[in-house]
Amino acid sequence: MNSGESVLSADIQAKAQAAKDKLDQQAYETVQWHFHESTGCPFWLEKKKELNFDPLTEVKNYEDIKKFPLFEDEWLRGGPVRRWVPKAFENDPVYVFETGGTTGVPKSRIAINDFRTDYENFSHTLPDQYFPKGANWLMLGPSGPRRLRLAVEHLAQYRGGISFCIDLDPRWVVKLIKKGWMEHLEEYKKHCIDQAITVLTAGHDVKCMFGTPKLIESLCLGLEERGTSLAEVGITGIFSGGTEFTPQWTRYCVEELFGGPPEESGIYMTPTYGNTLMGLACSKPVTAAEGYKISYYAPQPRAVTEVVSFDDPMQTVAYGETGRVKLTTLTQEFFVPGFLERDEGEREMPFDKYPWDGVSGVRPFHGIASSTTVGVY
Amino acid sequence: MLKIPAIRWGKPYESLEVEDVVHFATGEPIAQLSQVGGGLLKRDMRFAQKARDALRQIPSSELLEILKKAADLFMTATLPMGDGTQSPAEFVHAQSATTGLPENMCRFNMEKNAYALSNMNLILDSLTRGLDLEILSRGYGKEDRGVTVSYQAQSPVLGAVLPSNSPGVHTLWLPAIPLQLGLVLKPGGKEPWTPYRIYYAMVEAGVPAEAFGLYPGAGGDVGASLLASCDRSMVFGGQQTIDQYHGNPRVQAHGPGFSKILLGDDVVDDWERYLDLMVQSVFANSGRSCINASGVWASRHTQEIAAAIAERIGGVEPKDPTDPEASLAAFTQKGMAPAVWGMIEQDLAESGVTHMTEKFGPRLEEHERCDYLKPMVIHADSPERAVAKKEYMFPFVSVVQCPQDQMIKQIGYTLVGTAITGDETWAQQLTDATNIDRLNIGPIPTIKLDWLQPHEGNLIEFLFRNRAYQMAPLEVATV
Repeated sequence: MNSGESVLSADIQAKAQAAKDKLDQQAYETVQWHFHESTGCPFWLEKKKELNFDPLTEVKNYEDIKKFPLFEDEWLRGGPVRRWVPKAFENDPVYVFETGGTTGVPKSRIAINDFRTDYENFSHTLPDQYFPKGANWLMLGPSGPRRLRLAVEHLAQYRGGISFCIDLDPRWVVKLIKKGWMEHLEEYKKHCIDQAITVLTAGHDVKCMFGTPKLIESLCLGLEERGTSLAEVGITGIFSGGTEFTPQWTRYCVEELFGGPPEESGIYMTPTYGNTLMGLACSKPVTAAEGYKISYYAPQPRAVTEVVSFDDPMQTVAYGETGRVKLTTLTQEFFVPGFLERDEGEREMPFDKYPWDGVSGVRPFHGIASSTTVGVY
Repeated sequence: MLKIPAIRWGKPYESLEVEDVVHFATGEPIAQLSQVGGGLLKRDMRFAQKARDALRQIPSSELLEILKKAADLFMTATLPMGDGTQSPAEFVHAQSATTGLPENMCRFNMEKNAYALSNMNLILDSLTRGLDLEILSRGYGKEDRGVTVSYQAQSPVLGAVLPSNSPGVHTLWLPAIPLQLGLVLKPGGKEPWTPYRIYYAMVEAGVPAEAFGLYPGAGGDVGASLLASCDRSMVFGGQQTIDQYHGNPRVQAHGPGFSKILLGDDVVDDWERYLDLMVQSVFANSGRSCINASGVWASRHTQEIAAAIAERIGGVEPKDPTDPEASLAAFTQKGMAPAVWGMIEQDLAESGVTHMTEKFGPRLEEHERCDYLKPMVIHADSPERAVAKKEYMFPFVSVVQCPQDQMIKQIGYTLVGTAITGDETWAQQLTDATNIDRLNIGPIPTIKLDWLQPHEGNLIEFLFRNRAYQMAPLEVATV
């Protein structure tokens, strides 16, 4: 038993057990789906031949997923991308979303409806007071081959609104940084922020927005320069994510850029942690009382994040301890067993709203942090 | 352990993000330094004018007196340092422990900063060529010859992105306060001590705290924001930094000095007389300053000169930084010394280049948490050798053989040039040369400063615009 389990209340323990049962069922069904000839995708059906066990008979619950070797991100680089499309969906329209791609071949993931499901589930976590139904949205972040534009647009539509979109190409941003063209970088950022301000001040009744941390900051500063503010242009709800999110930045944002917590400033911000492979992890409400600590909880049972030992990725660390984030995705469209993320963090306890493990303090994994350019947009 | 906050117009701000400032050799944390983002600085810059307004409440003459008091406090008082205090001895110890600079050099740099503070009236008299500071304060005024002159401040504050390794450079931003311009500083991650101690000393002496912003932060975020949002700022860095800000009128970039000693044909046969001067110029302050000589140029006897300098400094070994005899600073950033050594090895492979300190043993000494590079003297038989244009952050000098009539052209940019010669024609050519900044004619070490002369980019010319200003009496109609 690890240190955290002893302090869980009986109520949370019961909820955690129910969540675990649901996850075991999801794990079983997902493996059955992806490894069955009638529904599986070419990649997994081919990979099945290399395994020293039969997934169809030997994976009965989530724990059994550990029988799979770690998922290698190289498998997602290069085509044919159709090998990832489950037979059951072969006649459906397919999207491809990419991550990375600054150097070399980006990782690609096929999607049919997952992104919509993820964002509909996320929608149910948003407080209507700050994200009013029917309000229009601003999507201020990367589009192109990324999932975000379509996903945020769907979120807005699902909530009865219309999304305005600003494009940002993070691959170009990374190139600008690597070339040391900081003036160009500033101009590009201004170019994006100018467009956002134009939308926000053009009478479109935009009340909600998605923005990456750096773009939200730039937007607030840009509005201040023009003598106005996010609150004055009507924004009440912000969903933020896409890059590293720190407690200090959140504090600065809430205290200074917004003008106080939601009850004072009228602006509510929820940090998220997500990616093309997982979907969207929500955060525990972030408060000044808890030092703006940010803890994320994966959208179980569709995806699971674990905090695992740096030395042995099959071992979960104790609550409060630091480890690498390991992701497992369990949907009919996509199966990713045990993918080691480029992030590390601390393992967090289940709580009432999300009765399963979370991760806090997410930051680039120290083993690769020095070689990557993070937080570019 | 001390907790050092950011300072936002005199108000301490404790960030949720802190960085340990650690002892270079043991890794023991000495302080926790708050880390803030560039956005916070940018936002605070909306109130920059208030810093200047607060300073303009106090006449420059009075500020100069306050700075004298601050100099005394800086040298002798136990001053606040974050949530604790720091005595002068603790300051020296902490600075040495986090930068790798021996304590005796920290004390020397402390004195240098205190000298600039207490002699600021003379320094400003030199920088302004005797201008009444009241004219800078008011924006216009009459000179003794009866002509109205006007100087317009180009920014309400002076920003500075400060280095972690050279506590002596802080003298360059000190004049901002009596010029009634606020200060926005990004302290070096390993050397927050000097800017903070100067801040606390100045405030204790009577400078309004709201004139200061100190924004420590990791990575390039705060530095880039500072340089982007201050209308006038200075940055200290390597050649890449200099190149990046070249031609940017808002930024004064201070980088490698490539300072040199040139021996004229008329004195070179007598070179032994100047050996002390050469050694001192190369070796003082562990070779870390931009005013340390990185080149000695002569038309003949260069092998003998190089051998003689090598004989004097080649055998110097690292010592404990508290040892009064310690003269070598550590490289506290892991990997830097081996990288520098790798570059030097490449240069040594070139034909015509001789390593004169080779016989004194390996130059790179690696420790668990820091490294040392022992003094190096290289001989180059021609200015064409790559090593002739190199400068590193330790006692390193190339002795270059070059005909006198080609020297001015071949030396390239030179922050301090000491030309030892009695040849008046050549002295005049050196005076006319635009690639030499500070020029010493005669046996003056490159590291000897005359504070009463303009130095390293005249701050007045950088901060104030000289313009025409005319006034005529207004005739008011009477009813």
